[in-house]
Amino acid sequence: MKEKLIIIGNGMAPGRMLEHLFERAPDRYQVTIFNAEPRVNYDRIMLSPVLSGEKEFEEIVIHGDGWYIDHGITLYKGHKIVEIDREAKTVRSDHGVTESYDKLVIATGSVPFILPVPGNDMPGVLTYRDLDDVDAMILAAQSHAKAVVIGGGLLGLEAAAGLQMRGMDVTVLHLMPTLMERQLDPSAGYLLQRALEDRGIKVKTKAETKAVIGKGKAEAVELADGSTIDADLVVMAAGIRPNAWLAKEAGLETGRGIVVDHGMRTEDPDILAIGECAEVGGHTYGLVAPLYEMAKVAAAQLAGDTEAAFVHSDTPTKLKVTGIDLFSIGDFADGEDREEIVLRDATAGVYKRLILKDNRIIGSVLYGETADGAWFNDLKKREVDVSEMRDTLIFGQAYQGSAPLDPMAAVAALPDDAEICGCNGVCKGKITEAIASEGLSCLEDVRTHTKASASCGSCTGLVEQLIAATLGDAYTPNEIQPVCGCTELGHDEVRRLIKAKGLKTIPEVMQELEWKTSCGCAKCRPALNYYLVCDWPNEYADDYQSRFINERVHANIQKDGTYSVVPRMWGGVTNADQLRTIADVVDKYDIPTVKVTGGQRIDMLGIKKEDLPSVWGDLGKAGFVSGHAYAKGLRTVKTCVGTDWCRFGTQDSTGLGIRIEKFMWGSWTPAKVKMAVSGCPRNCAEATCKDVGVICTDAGFEIHFAGAAGLDIKGTEVLGHVETEDEALEHIVALVQMYREQGHYLERIYKWVKRVGLDEVRQQIMEDQEKRIAFFDRFVFSQKFAQCDPWSERVSGKDKHEFKPMAALELEAAE
Amino acid sequence: MRWIEIGNLNDIPRRGARCVATPVGKIAVFRTGDDRVFAMEDHCPHKGGPLSQGIVHGAAVTCPLHNWVISLENGQAIGADEGSVQTIPVKCEGETLFISLDELGRERAA
Repeated sequence: MKEKLIIIGNGMAPGRMLEHLFERAPDRYQVTIFNAEPRVNYDRIMLSPVLSGEKEFEEIVIHGDGWYIDHGITLYKGHKIVEIDREAKTVRSDHGVTESYDKLVIATGSVPFILPVPGNDMPGVLTYRDLDDVDAMILAAQSHAKAVVIGGGLLGLEAAAGLQMRGMDVTVLHLMPTLMERQLDPSAGYLLQRALEDRGIKVKTKAETKAVIGKGKAEAVELADGSTIDADLVVMAAGIRPNAWLAKEAGLETGRGIVVDHGMRTEDPDILAIGECAEVGGHTYGLVAPLYEMAKVAAAQLAGDTEAAFVHSDTPTKLKVTGIDLFSIGDFADGEDREEIVLRDATAGVYKRLILKDNRIIGSVLYGETADGAWFNDLKKREVDVSEMRDTLIFGQAYQGSAPLDPMAAVAALPDDAEICGCNGVCKGKITEAIASEGLSCLEDVRTHTKASASCGSCTGLVEQLIAATLGDAYTPNEIQPVCGCTELGHDEVRRLIKAKGLKTIPEVMQELEWKTSCGCAKCRPALNYYLVCDWPNEYADDYQSRFINERVHANIQKDGTYSVVPRMWGGVTNADQLRTIADVVDKYDIPTVKVTGGQRIDMLGIKKEDLPSVWGDLGKAGFVSGHAYAKGLRTVKTCVGTDWCRFGTQDSTGLGIRIEKFMWGSWTPAKVKMAVSGCPRNCAEATCKDVGVICTDAGFEIHFAGAAGLDIKGTEVLGHVETEDEALEHIVALVQMYREQGHYLERIYKWVKRVGLDEVRQQIMEDQEKRIAFFDRFVFSQKFAQCDPWSERVSGKDKHEFKPMAALELEAAE
Repeated sequence: MRWIEIGNLNDIPRRGARCVATPVGKIAVFRTGDDRVFAMEDHCPHKGGPLSQGIVHGAAVTCPLHNWVISLENGQAIGADEGSVQTIPVKCEGETLFISLDELGRERAA
């Protein structure tokens, strides 16, 4: 019969412990878990990206429900254990469930430290510990109101950055003179403060909180100096305390945490404690690496290996705020017996400091450029005598003697016991061995087998280099096509980083993403301009110098340098007045060619650039607006005459086409978007070769997409069927917005769909109502800023310089 | 060399261009991101595209018709393409811009 193992708590440490345990002794225990949180095990250190919106909760789940089922684990979600009866060997939950154990593991983690000040329990005061806290903060952030974060340590700053990215006005209060003083020296703390302030986060140091004040809910924070700071949300992130009361109640020895020996055992031989609640050798821990180490030791003990022992080691600190690179390890205090090496580069915002004792590194603080962190850490761990390379040590590994500048070779040169992944304590040798023995060939495989880069992900680049160095030519990374020669990054990565880092101008993107050219090229600039227009509709100022000429002057350039002009004809419908105006304009400006387009409109070709504004002026008087025939944006919505005239028409296809066009005109998209609505399956509007098409039937509307009839010819795919016009519009708009947010610049819808998968698009647009509505809402929001007729703007004088020579030299002047 | 005033530096957007109409054809005047000014015939060596309508990047312009990239410094096509455009002397005194058509005139006369 299996022994009964009960675990109190379902955080990262016990989750990891079980993985090890199932590996070592798969059939030994019948496992029961009590989790006070009503959910499965997730990666708590990734809560910050969830808060900031860079990740979804689903992405940080470590063990889904299926994992518990597969391992026969009974998981009590939302059950808090209130009593351990050591004599009866049972535990009891607050819902009254009692279970007995042979072995018990306490992994109750920690509780946030609540400042003992008046008002600390008012509504609007939160802590930052679990997903419920994050959800509450995200909800509060929707009001875009003011937030005060108390605590300028790791947790507080990640909370502040997340809330700020969610649109809140954030102030950080920190008791000490500089931020993160436990991990950073004052110089680095200052740089960090400046970087946060540059993002718009206010920082107040030496700020002692006296009270949270407000009527019935938090309204402000009062400081000891008498000043107050308005706050609709107060986040207490001033530290954590090991959660040891349950063990204490049960009569186990506790200090700061639950006292355990190096085998993670409490004084009761059947009870172990791991994670943040455990105190071993006088230390308690908050970073994930030592907690995973505890998990490993506890699993070994439970599997019968009584020799397994926990060894204390320093863990590097990294701040998970996108765009801020800092690294610190070890002891960096000044001292008589210590020397320091400092490098500063003010313009680049780089600060590096190494602390040496007896020619050995005992600590380091890196800010702004942290690539050498692993190397310094390795030298420290191995206590390498650095006197030989002291002069160039601070410049990093690349500058050491014959050591190569190539990062790949640098990785190859690392010793086997060099730590690659700090979170999971994975060293180089373990990865290379796994690659060889398991025949691994990609990052995902390495993650699965070794856990390297599976937690915070900051070592991903290093792991990839290591795979490449190990496999040589056999390694084919997911071939990513760079945007252009100015960068190594692909479109997806650029789009992701624009959002994640909150980059809002082209120079900012180029600086932060390390563009190799000073101002890009004709490939990347229009792409970046589009991405910024799409991602920050209300904030980004369109850069016309980064637009292709057609979009800059709102007409189509022709081979002789003249332009063609296509006014919008909603749904392809026109009338005598409009036609008369066009005829007059053609006469007045001596326009050589007039042609009907494939999208049911009229094209006037051969217009001199100087004449464009007055041509538009005349067209505008008859109510014409730009047809965007030049745009990577919505072009036409072609229609048939539908029920108005056609004896076969089933729905008002003309009306729907006009409605869609009026709703969506002016929107910019990765590439042109052509649509059509046919009133019956005879499909006279040729909707089944468009980017988006609708076929009306008696039963409603069949939405098609991903067709093409240009360079490639491709029939559409069916997105799905809807019953009403309103629904048709909502689905089409959501689809286009999804494409706007994910498409690579110049990638038509059919290519985008090929890349992301038909089912994925169908799932998000047809089945996931929440997602669909969110896409729809974002499109509507961006249209507020996009729907202004560019022609009338220019008729009234905008960009005048575009249309006139700066000077016209007479013959005499030139002579 | 005779210099003819054509306008103010700020008449041209950064990373942009303007045209000057002259009896010997259109001249494109470019202003780079770092405020250097270049001038050349507004005529791509490939198929005569108006270079003044292209995207300016670094000290180069990409022709709007077929994406040839032309160096603003010497008028040579960059990359795999071969060809060159006649550059025009241009100077900036204070913020006032001048060009000289002397060389262009000579070439045309010859």
